[in-house]
Amino acid sequence: MRRGAAPRAALALAGLLVGALVLSPYLVMLLTAVKPAGELRTSPPRLTPIDWQWGHFADVMRDPDFLTWLRVSLVVAAASTALVLLAAVPAAYYTARHRFRGRTAFLFLVLVTQMFSPTALVVGLHREFFELDLINTYLALVLTNAAFNLAFAVWLLRAFFASIPREIEEAAAVDGCGRLRVLWQIVLPVSRPGLVTALIFSFIAAWNEYIVALTLMTDPDKKPLTVGITSYVTAYVQHWNSLFAASLIAIVPVVALFALIERHLVAGLTAGSVK
Amino acid sequence: MLYPAAQLVRASVSQFSVTGLSEGFVGLRNYTRLFRQEPLAMVVANTVVWVAVVVAVTIFLSLALAQLLGARFPGRTLVRWALIVPWAASVIMTSKLFAWIYDYYFGVLNPALQALGILSYPVDWLGDDATVMGAMIAVGVFVSLPFTTYVLLAGLQGISPDVFEAARVDGASAWRTYRSVTLPLLRPALLVATVLNIIYVFNSFPIVWTLNDRNPGFGHDTMITYMYKIAFKSSLRDVGLAAALGVVNVLLILLAVVGYLKTVRWREEAA
Repeated sequence: MRRGAAPRAALALAGLLVGALVLSPYLVMLLTAVKPAGELRTSPPRLTPIDWQWGHFADVMRDPDFLTWLRVSLVVAAASTALVLLAAVPAAYYTARHRFRGRTAFLFLVLVTQMFSPTALVVGLHREFFELDLINTYLALVLTNAAFNLAFAVWLLRAFFASIPREIEEAAAVDGCGRLRVLWQIVLPVSRPGLVTALIFSFIAAWNEYIVALTLMTDPDKKPLTVGITSYVTAYVQHWNSLFAASLIAIVPVVALFALIERHLVAGLTAGSVK
Repeated sequence: MLYPAAQLVRASVSQFSVTGLSEGFVGLRNYTRLFRQEPLAMVVANTVVWVAVVVAVTIFLSLALAQLLGARFPGRTLVRWALIVPWAASVIMTSKLFAWIYDYYFGVLNPALQALGILSYPVDWLGDDATVMGAMIAVGVFVSLPFTTYVLLAGLQGISPDVFEAARVDGASAWRTYRSVTLPLLRPALLVATVLNIIYVFNSFPIVWTLNDRNPGFGHDTMITYMYKIAFKSSLRDVGLAAALGVVNVLLILLAVVGYLKTVRWREEAA
């Protein structure tokens, strides 16, 4: 909305400042990850290592355990994200477009499911999946993650769908579009910023889920990244640098995914659709 | 989702031995015992401060950030990528990282602030009663910012540029446009962001758990870490009591969210 060279330079400067501020803790993480073990705790503290050990990253990437955890995390996060979007889109669309008895109650119930702390639920979840014989299966983790993240997706998408002018849909219906086609060809493209946000949210939440995975996935071949990397720092071994290196590598797929879909977070998709 | 929740409620009315075996139904005795626990009042007060400050500061900063990331400027894409990082990193790792940075002996925060002339002597951020809550709140805001900003940014992108054009034609100032056009249209997204933040911040476990690790007692615990300590760490080792607190927690969040939705009159919005 603002134009001209001076405000744009100011915005770029503000952007640079924000970027530097949010990244600075992770720079510390990076610098710690390339320190040799003997330099981890020095007094007075040093920001940069004396002896740069970039090999730590290669070591982690060559660790077969790490690659297994990475694969498990990717599968679980991708599957639960797909499941969340498949379930949330119809639910959100229906509640945004139809008034039905108990709609407020339904939306509220969806929200209440979010209020239980996973920490408090984990015992019950374990018992549930134990009875279903699903301990140590991807399915258990995918279902749990999907259930945890569904509420957010429904609420966010509902807000989006509700803000789309009805006129667009009515015009499409007049032109002979069926309900599903209206949803697929009109509503979804217009709500891309919302879909992208819901997608990235579900993916990150599943990617970083820890406590349920810790409880349900006891098989070493089925551990996701969050659970797996804690084995770098235990009572017996304390590879803080490996832990930090692994954590940094774990950030990369998420940022890559985001970079891939970020361009859909653009303004004005509804612009000009109603005259 | 219903099954584990039911298990929680059932556990809250049962008596458990210290080894975790159920010893049967005790009615509401866990609840009456819970309300007699001495640290409860302090823990509730901590929780209220923690949730209120983190959510308020996060929303305020995120509104500004969303505005910034919605504007066009060179390098915007890179800033957007940078902001996703605290979200992409797991909260546990970020908490550990901050514990590392705040550390009195080995952390880099004290030397950095001293070098900048902000501090004249090192502060024991996580050991001093006066600073530990502030230190935790800073991390809480830090990890909540990306999520909140992207929800608001998505909301912002859903607003048609035509309305801004119209406001400009009508001669409205930038601030006036923001207050009378942007904020009202942003309401659905703002509502979602606030409600979910209240829930997530309340239920957040790793930050308080990691950063408050060194301090004995319950002086800086929120209700979630207190619950965990009752069940697994303190001398009480009482699953039934912890489950009762778990149920109370859910009711409290429910109350907070209903209260919030009532004050912003959500019903009209949904209609």
